[in-house]
Amino acid sequence: MPERSRLLDMHLGAVLAFLYVPIAVLMVLSFNRAGLPTAWTGFSVKWYGALAGNGRILGAAWNTLIVAFFSTAIATVLGTLLALGVEQKKPGAAVEATMFAPMIIPDIVLAIALLSFFTALDFTLGLHSIIVSHAVFNIAFVAAVVRARLRNFDWSLVEVSRDLGAGPVTTFRRITLPLIAPAVVAGALLAFTLSVDEFIIAYFTAGAGPGSTTLPMQIYAMIRFGVTPEINAMATIVMGVSFTLVLVAQRANRRLFDV
Amino acid sequence: MRVRVRDWLLMGPGLGWLALFMVVPCALVFANAFFERGTYGGIDYNFTLENFTRAAEPVYATIFLGSARIALMATAIALLVGYPAAFAISRQPARRQMALLVLVMLPFWSNYLIRTYAWMVLLNREGLINKALTGIGAIAEPLALLYNEFAVVTGLVYNYLPFVVLAIYSALQRLDPSLTEASRDLGAGAWTTFARITLPLTAPGIAAGAVFVFVLSIGNFITPDLLGGGRMQMIGNLIYDQFLTARDWPFGAALSFILIAIMMALLFGQAVIAGRVHGQREPAHA
Repeated sequence: MPERSRLLDMHLGAVLAFLYVPIAVLMVLSFNRAGLPTAWTGFSVKWYGALAGNGRILGAAWNTLIVAFFSTAIATVLGTLLALGVEQKKPGAAVEATMFAPMIIPDIVLAIALLSFFTALDFTLGLHSIIVSHAVFNIAFVAAVVRARLRNFDWSLVEVSRDLGAGPVTTFRRITLPLIAPAVVAGALLAFTLSVDEFIIAYFTAGAGPGSTTLPMQIYAMIRFGVTPEINAMATIVMGVSFTLVLVAQRANRRLFDV
Repeated sequence: MRVRVRDWLLMGPGLGWLALFMVVPCALVFANAFFERGTYGGIDYNFTLENFTRAAEPVYATIFLGSARIALMATAIALLVGYPAAFAISRQPARRQMALLVLVMLPFWSNYLIRTYAWMVLLNREGLINKALTGIGAIAEPLALLYNEFAVVTGLVYNYLPFVVLAIYSALQRLDPSLTEASRDLGAGAWTTFARITLPLTAPGIAAGAVFVFVLSIGNFITPDLLGGGRMQMIGNLIYDQFLTARDWPFGAALSFILIAIMMALLFGQAVIAGRVHGQREPAHA
């Protein structure tokens, strides 16, 4: 194998800088007293204070947590079961395509499809319709993470358990679940992160009322008015939460980034 | 028989959810594409192909071609930047590889709006890049970096580069090292070995990364909206307008239909490439 090359390593360093400098700039600016992006005028946490006093943002954050919690709960159960079924049954291309589609379908298309669907059914829109919609892509992601773990799963353990007289539920609870738990936890954390960050589908399926505004919808509205120090502070918090969740997910399940 | 019932019990709820809230809604959109627009923004259920002929009109065809061009640029740049980065990771000591991969992927899992907004902060007229360039005297007047094609392509590359690195890295992992060793032993140089062995055998990873970036770029809404500043219209924005502004749902449905058709064709192409390289050893998967 060729030697490691200095040039390649430098390129990798540049790529990492490209990925992290924009985020680092936001985080630094969020502590800038004057709030201007141009000059450093001293350290201050006043923009975080401004966020804490903003009822709209807090309300939107609360809505986001509700949506993320319920869509993750649905997706974790259905996605894990789906992964178990698919890995044992090995169904055909149609099932594989259905499970892969939510990850690649442009979100604007899924958003308008769900809006058309809910409208055709005269389904009242609100947080519940966002939950239902977010569960769609979350199921796919949880299933994908759990499946990656099941690929090295020793199914004979399940057979032994059944042969020794344990019922299917006991076998699942005592054998299968403990073995796949890291992947289930990782999948749930990723699903939660995806839901917290998702904007377009939520925007289309939220309905008109202000009661179902989520945090990304609030961020979008603020960004459209321009660059402000409050957004920098909020961005720092949201990024911090995402990074933490994903790192915990990665620690729980080391194979998370296997494709 | 019992096993089959159990498998379907396991898969049923998840597949049912996806069928009801993804397949059926998408089928509904496809059906709506063949109806007329109602007078007050609804849908009149009279069959027509007019939405598709309208999509082929020069105004809209230009938007399609423009979106494809921007998506293609983003894809090409992401591959050119991502391949060497993935290659560099795969040459690191084994323990460091995973840490680097996590580092590359971490931004990918964070808020897309905020990642895009970060570039608004960097690229605007009073932004950091302009300040730095005028500060060192490289330019007299701030450059118009934001609200143009450059900004949109930069944003797309920034957001999707991590996935390209991941896809190519995993293809490099699957590469049998004895093949490149044999090539070197037989006297081929590093570049020849790369061009004749490594590159063709990692084609599935390149294809997976390319399809991903292209599909998500061509249908993108947020990046052209925020970094293009409304001056750049791409298909995603056009679809958005049909639903929320123009209230022409059937036309928006037809545009979505075309977008999905493009996506399916690309995924099929990718599966063919993956199948060709992996041969009989493993089934083609996306």
